[in-house]
Order: sequence, then C-alpha cells, then structure tokens
Amino acid sequence: MDGFSKSIGGGGPNVPAGSHPAGGSQAAAGGGATQRTQYPYVTGTSVIALKYKDGVIMACDTGASYGSTLRYKSVERIKAVGKHSIIGASGEYSDFQEILRYLDELTLSDHMWDDGNSLGPKEIHSYLTRVMYNRRNKFDPLWNSLVIGGVKKGPKGDEKYLGMVNMIGTHFEENHVATGFGNHLAIPILRAEWHEDMTFEEAVKLVEKCLLVLLYRDRSSINKFQIAKITTEGSTIYPPYSLKTYWGFTHFENPAQGAVGSW
Amino acid sequence: MFRNQYDTDVTTWSPQGRLFQVEYAMEAVKQGSACVGLCSRTHAVLAAVNKPASELSSYQRKVFRVAEHAGVALAGLTADGRVLSRFLRNECINHSFVYEAPLPISRLALKLADKAQVCTQRSWKRPYGVGLLVAGLDESGAHLYYNCPSGNYFEYQAFAIGSRSQAAKTFLERRFQGYKDYTPEQLIKDALSAIKETLQGEKLSSSNCTVAIVGRKDDGTIEPFEMIGAARIQELIDSMEVAEEAPAEASSMQEEERGSEDAAAPMDI
Repeated sequence: MDGFSKSIGGGGPNVPAGSHPAGGSQAAAGGGATQRTQYPYVTGTSVIALKYKDGVIMACDTGASYGSTLRYKSVERIKAVGKHSIIGASGEYSDFQEILRYLDELTLSDHMWDDGNSLGPKEIHSYLTRVMYNRRNKFDPLWNSLVIGGVKKGPKGDEKYLGMVNMIGTHFEENHVATGFGNHLAIPILRAEWHEDMTFEEAVKLVEKCLLVLLYRDRSSINKFQIAKITTEGSTIYPPYSLKTYWGFTHFENPAQGAVGSW
Repeated sequence: MFRNQYDTDVTTWSPQGRLFQVEYAMEAVKQGSACVGLCSRTHAVLAAVNKPASELSSYQRKVFRVAEHAGVALAGLTADGRVLSRFLRNECINHSFVYEAPLPISRLALKLADKAQVCTQRSWKRPYGVGLLVAGLDESGAHLYYNCPSGNYFEYQAFAIGSRSQAAKTFLERRFQGYKDYTPEQLIKDALSAIKETLQGEKLSSSNCTVAIVGRKDDGTIEPFEMIGAARIQELIDSMEVAEEAPAEASSMQEEERGSEDAAAPMDI
C-alpha cells in the first residue's frame, strides 16, 4: 500500500484522490464537518522482521519522506512496548505516534492492575488489529503497516511471536514479515534463506542483505538503519548505522554509452 | 445486630461505622446451600451441594462456567447470581475478542468486586445477595477468589460459603497447607469431603453434589472448566468411603425429616 503511493510520482502529498486505492472516494463526497483520512503526508518506508533463536529481530531505515522529498533522516520507526514486545511501523508517521499513545495507555492500565499479569505481543497484536479494522470501517484509517514482535513466557516455555497488521485490518502471524517495498524485495529473500533457530549473527546478516536491496531499489529509503531485537531479557534498539554500498558496476561507468543519436 | 434505626438504606452509616444493608446482604449468602472451592498450583476445584427447593422440584444450579479458563460457584440469591454470571461471561468474551487471550482471573474478580461495590454506594440500588467463589487460571497458575456482596474480594487456597459452611471450613483449615502440590484427583476428593461435612449425616452421593474443575496440564494445555460427570463423582465417593470405612448410611426416613426442617424459601438456595 505504501509503495504504490510513492510510485505514482508527482510532487508532495497533493496527489489527486482518484489515484489512491482506498479512502479517496470519500474525499470527493466530502465537504461536511468531519474529515476522513485521505492521504498520508509524512511516511516511513519498509520494515522487515524475522524470528530467530532467542527472539525476534526487526529493522528499518530512519527516514521519513514528505511525498518525494526525504524530509527527516533520524526518525525512530521501531519502539519498545511493555516488557515483551517491539513495534515497527511504515506509513504515516503521525498515525504511528497516535498508535504509540494508545499503546502507552494500554501498558499503563496493565501496569496499574499490579497483579503480575502483563500484555504479551499476541495481545497487543490483537488489540491493534481491532483498532485498525474499526478505523478502516469508519473510512478514517490509521495509515500504517505495523509489525509486532515479541517473546513471552507461556505455559509451554518461551514463545516467540511475530505478526503484522495493516491499515485495512489485514493481520497475520509469520516467521518473517515485511511492509511496503519490503513485501516485494525482501520477502523473496527471506523465504529462500530464513530457517528455524538462526543465531543473532545469522539473523543480522540476513536482515542486512534485505536492507541493502531495499536501499538500492526503494527510492524512499536512506542509508541509515536501526536494528532492534527482543528476547526474554528485554528489548534492545541499536544505534543507527550505515551499510556499505557498491556502485562500481561497469554499466554505471559510462552511462551515456548507449545513448548515441537523437532518437 | 438488629439496629433498625440505621438499616433502612445502604447509603446510611451507623454510628459505629457500619453499613447494615451490606451486612444483611452477607447474611443472605449464609442462607444459601453450601459451596466449596480449593486450588492447587495448577488446578482449581469448585463443589456445591444440590438442594432441591421441595421434594417435587429439581435443584438450583449453583456452578457456572464463565469461560474456558474460569467458573463460579455461588451461594445466596441465585437470581442475582445468574445476572452476575452473565456479567462475568460478557467480560471474558469482550476481553477475548480484543486481545485473543483469556482474561486473567484476578482481573475478573476485581471487575466483579467493583460492580458489587457500586451497589453499596447508590441509594436507589441494593447490594447483590450472592457470594461467589470465582475459580480460574491466569499466567501464574490457578487461583480461587471469594467475592462478597460488600464488594470485597479475597484470594483463598480453599474456602467454603453458605449454610453449615463452618464445618467445611474447619475441615479445610486442617488440610489446606498441602493443597499447592495436590493432584487434581486429590483436590476433588478433598472438595467432596468438605461438602460431606456440610451435609452433617446425610449421605453424600453424586445426586446431591456438583463438582467442577479447571486447570493447566504440565505440557501447558488448558483443561477447560467443566462439571465432572455423575458416574465419576460416584466412583470417587465410593473410593473415599472404602478408604474411610464409613459407618452405616442414613436411612431414607432421616432424609425426609430434614426435607421439611430445612425447607428454604424458593429464592434462598
């Protein structure tokens, strides 16, 4: 969903209503007192995540675009939620901030029960699914694709959880997920190379492979990434870093080589 | 006890700082027939005496399944109990719908207690006349709570409520220390023994008691809350009697006498 709005091109957020897959139709009818979300403004691009031996690893870049302008370059799109989960978002950044506020309220009231029970990643995923789906039904979606990962001690031992929910309420659980362009570029790599019980180093290598492809091919990505992991010990969001890129391909050396003539 | 001056409505305090209407509501619980609850680390058992209102009628149901992981046994005004069971079921379903996870039993007990408290602070309401033994599971294992009409609730290893429950409580007081590590079968047997204490001479059989159990097996799967079948109960009762070498059973004449003595008002079961 987020990839499409980028690929249509044209300036900033003032894209005509007709070109959007959802929500645009309501805009035409509008003019009333209540406004519905029509288009996203400041957006984050792909998030990728996968389960590994000790928990879940999640990564994304730290950029937020304003249409085709890469406006913000130090945005944290992965956050910790409670003791057991991390959440990553692509799409409208302000909607992500709103979602974080909801989750704050949730975790606070959970804490206030003061009874030793805590919300696990599955519960948070379910809760967010309800929120996203209900907003979609009101034609006022939170324009995000969310990735929720976590580890919680269940009756059968430590249970890893990784799920995704998007702006229309589609939700599922998987061993590896990606949003936006990640769906097209990263998922094929993950499907080929993910396996059960990867070590942290193996998982980071695989994630970096995907991030690199996204960096080369997704125009709204930037070379500044954050990796986060969640294990039984808790969550860690590592400081941003860059990947080494290679541009020394022969075809790039003389780009105008084939452009002889005028037609 | 019978201070008529300050007991007209629930929002009037007595000079000693008591709310008599609330205390009278707790009396209603004592009129109901007995219920017993016990729990170990992994399982919780509820048992109730089945007392028919008259010879002709069937007995009032007192044990209700609230969710897969929780159930209640009640004593007092069963009509109030039915309404509260519906509330508990609703809360569990709502939580399951949003979070796809069972509502922890401690939170269920708290919600119930808060609901009961409301009725002790409104002049146009009356307290619920039913005490509930709430048994169920949460992250840390099996728990048993007692919710009273006052809006208070306490966690118990084992408890008994209703008429002649003191006999059961005395029995449980002697044995509860070991309950944490009891097997489900041991818990059920102790529940039956406790119920037997409240019958005081009447023969315990599968027709005059209901037993239900909920728990979590060692491999983590939930054993959902369900009533134990009459045949199995009878089996357990028989095996207990063999072990105890119980004296000769009461004759049918004794049962008849008791029927007329303890005839309860239809709602007070």
